[in-house]
Amino acid sequence: MTTDTEMLQADLLGHIAAAATPEALEAVRVAAMGKSGSVTALLKTLGGMTPEARQTEGPRLNGLREAITAALAARKAELETAALNARLAAERLDMTLPVAPALIGSIHPVSQVMDELAEIFADLGFAVATGPEIEDDWHNFTALNIPESHPARAMHDTFYIAQPPAGAGKLVLRTHTSPVQIRTMMTQKPPIRIIAPGRVYRSDSDATHTPMFHQVEGLVIDKTATLANLRWTLETFIKAFFEVDDVALRFRPSYFPFTEPSVEVDVGYSTKTNKPAGAGQVDKWLEVLGSGMVHPRVIAACGLDPTEYQGFAFGVGIDRLAMLKYGMNDLRPFFDADLRWLKHHGFSAFDVPTISGGAGA
Amino acid sequence: MKFTLSWLKEHLDTDAGVDAVSETLTRIGLEVDGIEDPAARLAAFTIAEVLSAERHPQADKLQVLSVDIGAEAPVQVVCGAPNARAGMKGVFGAPGTYVPGSDITLKVAAIRGVESRGMMCSMRELELSDEHDGIISLPADAPVGARYIDYAALADPVFDVAITPNRQDCMGVRGIARDLAAAGLGRLKSLAEAYRVADFDLPRAGAGPEIRTDDPAGCPAFHACTVSGVANGPSHPWMQAKLKAIGQKPISALVDITNFIMFDLGRPLHVYDRAKLEGALVARKARGGEQVQTLNGKSYTVDTTMTVIADDMMVHDIGGIMGGMHSGCSATTTDVLIECAYFDPESIARTGQKLLLTSDARTRFERGVDPAFLDDGLAVATHLVRELCGGTASEVVRAGVAPVDVKTVTYRPARVMGLAGIDVVEDEQADILQRLGFGVTRGTVWQVTVPSWRRDVDGEADIVEEVVRIHGLDRVPATPLPRAEGVALPTATPAQRLERRLRRALAARGLDEAITWSFLPPAQADAFGGAAWTLANPISTDMAAMRPSLLPGLLAAAKRNQDRGAASVRLFELGQRYLATREHPTAALLLAGEARARGWQTGAAVPFDAFDAKAEALAALAAAGAPVDRLSVAPPVDPWWHPGRSGRLVLGKVALADFGMVHPATVAMFDVRGAVAAVELYLDALPPPRGRKARGAFAPPVLQAVTRDFAFVADDSLAADALVRAAAGADKALISSVRVFDRYAGERIGAGQISLAIEVTLQPTTATLTDTEIEAVSARIIAAAAKLGATLRS
Repeated sequence: MTTDTEMLQADLLGHIAAAATPEALEAVRVAAMGKSGSVTALLKTLGGMTPEARQTEGPRLNGLREAITAALAARKAELETAALNARLAAERLDMTLPVAPALIGSIHPVSQVMDELAEIFADLGFAVATGPEIEDDWHNFTALNIPESHPARAMHDTFYIAQPPAGAGKLVLRTHTSPVQIRTMMTQKPPIRIIAPGRVYRSDSDATHTPMFHQVEGLVIDKTATLANLRWTLETFIKAFFEVDDVALRFRPSYFPFTEPSVEVDVGYSTKTNKPAGAGQVDKWLEVLGSGMVHPRVIAACGLDPTEYQGFAFGVGIDRLAMLKYGMNDLRPFFDADLRWLKHHGFSAFDVPTISGGAGA
Repeated sequence: MKFTLSWLKEHLDTDAGVDAVSETLTRIGLEVDGIEDPAARLAAFTIAEVLSAERHPQADKLQVLSVDIGAEAPVQVVCGAPNARAGMKGVFGAPGTYVPGSDITLKVAAIRGVESRGMMCSMRELELSDEHDGIISLPADAPVGARYIDYAALADPVFDVAITPNRQDCMGVRGIARDLAAAGLGRLKSLAEAYRVADFDLPRAGAGPEIRTDDPAGCPAFHACTVSGVANGPSHPWMQAKLKAIGQKPISALVDITNFIMFDLGRPLHVYDRAKLEGALVARKARGGEQVQTLNGKSYTVDTTMTVIADDMMVHDIGGIMGGMHSGCSATTTDVLIECAYFDPESIARTGQKLLLTSDARTRFERGVDPAFLDDGLAVATHLVRELCGGTASEVVRAGVAPVDVKTVTYRPARVMGLAGIDVVEDEQADILQRLGFGVTRGTVWQVTVPSWRRDVDGEADIVEEVVRIHGLDRVPATPLPRAEGVALPTATPAQRLERRLRRALAARGLDEAITWSFLPPAQADAFGGAAWTLANPISTDMAAMRPSLLPGLLAAAKRNQDRGAASVRLFELGQRYLATREHPTAALLLAGEARARGWQTGAAVPFDAFDAKAEALAALAAAGAPVDRLSVAPPVDPWWHPGRSGRLVLGKVALADFGMVHPATVAMFDVRGAVAAVELYLDALPPPRGRKARGAFAPPVLQAVTRDFAFVADDSLAADALVRAAAGADKALISSVRVFDRYAGERIGAGQISLAIEVTLQPTTATLTDTEIEAVSARIIAAAAKLGATLRS
């Protein structure tokens, strides 16, 4: 009896190991463990045994059953793994094939720089103000203390609108962002701190001048702001914008009708680092900023009392800032929409300037 | 404004060299644009001695010189000058030296078989004069080997200084000298000292000319005298040299004198040939249609707003701008009338602008010359005429009165600190002002009188500027602006935030941001409804019309990019449209060429279609915070859209955007290849974005949603959107979404028919739906569709 069981077990294990497919393995299982299987038949004999015999045969036959069950399961897993491996081998793809390229757009450098300016100046408490580009000559000239006969009003500098509507007076394309100063002072009570970026127009066209370009105007009006505050503001701005630790500024007397005193600001520059630099490193001066204390007549023209309020204003070319910071040497491609240029000089949508992430992208 | 260092030193007693002068000029606001020394090009010429001069063996008129140039061995030079002789000293140019007067570069050459290693030069060859009869002969003590320009003191750098429009007083050398003296660079000489005379009190005989001003507004003051018996030849070499150095062509003594005084003292004058005048010389308004031939050789028609100088016969001068040909001085002139007048700056500017006529005189008069300098100006001119041309001067006649009222400014010295943020002690302030010619009466408040030549100064801020300018504007310290406590507050307006989000959303979707001109060729504007605004004076006719749409600029850009080989163009721009209702902030995007390149997975390239544009439009509107699910699609309104493949996204009655294919005729006009999809988004029509507030608690539906599909057949004019809305309206509480998932048109359902399949999602809220309830909703959906003529597809 014992010998039979052992023989049966060895025989069955041999069949299980030899089963090459899930179907063959199932046939072995049915032959052994099915209703009329050989192991099932042996197990049925337990019922007719004496309790004594059952006590010895029971564990033996159960051991047989467990051994066969385990062998069946193990073989089944083996066969399944082999089948999966065979399928995966057949599913191979050439992973060197290309995928569709991602669509990558870009932000124009002028927009990026405007966002950087907004971020830097927001930290200094400046809001962003805007105004119309088709401007009347009062806001563009008269209120800014530029009299009728001033050369800046000549046709060769300023674009005039043909046949302005009745009652509108003379209309121009604004020649600077300074009219936004006027509009701001006329609608807000001091203290005022604004920057005004935007498109401006002058009748000029060569390698460094385009008839349309971008400027940012800064204005601070309160009761105490001075040229010394202007210097600090510009130093702070230049350092943050160009991401340098130190910058030398040179204040030179100049003339703008809407400021008194008027200051031309040169930014110290190092041709070694190609960045603005501190006093020791400067080997070149860049004329980039016009500024000054807002002329009392301009303050008065806006309905504010110039004996009570004072402040400073400055203006700088945004395109020029972008060129200096990001290394373009020609202004004209800014407005050509050449995809190659835009992708080369443009910025990722995700390069949002922030104070924590760096106002420069 | 140009002048030489030696000219400056006629007025400024100083030891300062070129660098100190240059640095100071820029520091006080007279920006040096350039410094050039014409003598620098003669730097290579040296002094040499002729040791021997032998007859050239092959040519009678040539000599072979042995020349000591200060080197170890003498050099051999073949020379044709008759005055070359042994023992003379002259100016030598070595091989390699450029000779400006003959425009050649010297080299070693054989002249008639004899080698020549350099040249002995004439004055003309060095462009120092027209003298060319022989080589330059220098005194015996001239040092051999030294640079000729050092020996002859030819170095006289020419400064080119940018004078800002407020500083008319510095449009003469004397004014610049005054500023430099105030800045501590030396002493301003008196006018007499500068002109090397004891005084200008010269002898005068006889009555002055008959003059008057009939236009006291345009010409408030007209002073004149005559000088009889003058001889008008070339002016003296010193005057010619000065004028030439600053690029002025000497003409004749009388003309040169007026030019010289204009550049020396900033005082324009005019000299008339009396023989050409008839009767009184009068400043008056021009009469309509009068013409004048001016000294630039052109003819101008003056109008009744312009001030002219005329006699009984004709107009002789466009007052303060340019003199006339007829009464100009010539070689035969013997009697002259010298005019020294004051013209109204605004009137001069208007006249000059109208006539498009610029002159050095206009530049000065329109900025306002010193009204108190008429007598002095006339005296200096008379002095020079008598000195250089001889003659007898008449008495001076003065018509009218120049506006010489002295301005007094009430000034608080503390305002230097208050406005400029720098401390300048009161003594220094007073000193600076006095050196600039201001009168200072000190007290708690100062009374400062403004010199007559400083028309630009009229307020306290101007005085502060003068003090700080001379003290040193660059010494202003950097003082922090007071900072509000805490973290900086947000400053961007809702409109600015919207634009920033939109710009970055579009770039993130793969579009490149462009900036195109605000002005268009008028024909392009016409294709988009026409320009409401055009420029009176565009740079070119192609830049004359203010754009009524952003699309023309992007279409032209697409064309340029296609020409450069771009297969796919995705561009967008944010900017203004200029309509009759003024400026409208707008975003536009344009898709041209391939939406998808050909690929191994997807096959042939696919062009952009109207639904690409719609997808971008909806994405952009969503980024801009518009309620996208409440929009409806209306047919296009504007003729530049494809009538069947475009639409207008509308919120209520407000158009937020147009999208779709651009009309093929419009595309063709821009020469863009292939179909073009585009979107224009009207940013000022968008509802104001709501700030993000805390949201209600998250409560997902407890019960499972059920979906049911329906396929309807309808006339192909049925808009899918209408069917979706009808279905959604069948039970607003239960139906949470309706989505079109299939559309079929073809022979299986017959011509003119379409099949639309929709997926309806039912979201119960209180209890699981029973079959009966689902049947009821389905029946209502089918009934609603039936009202649109759609029947359930069998």
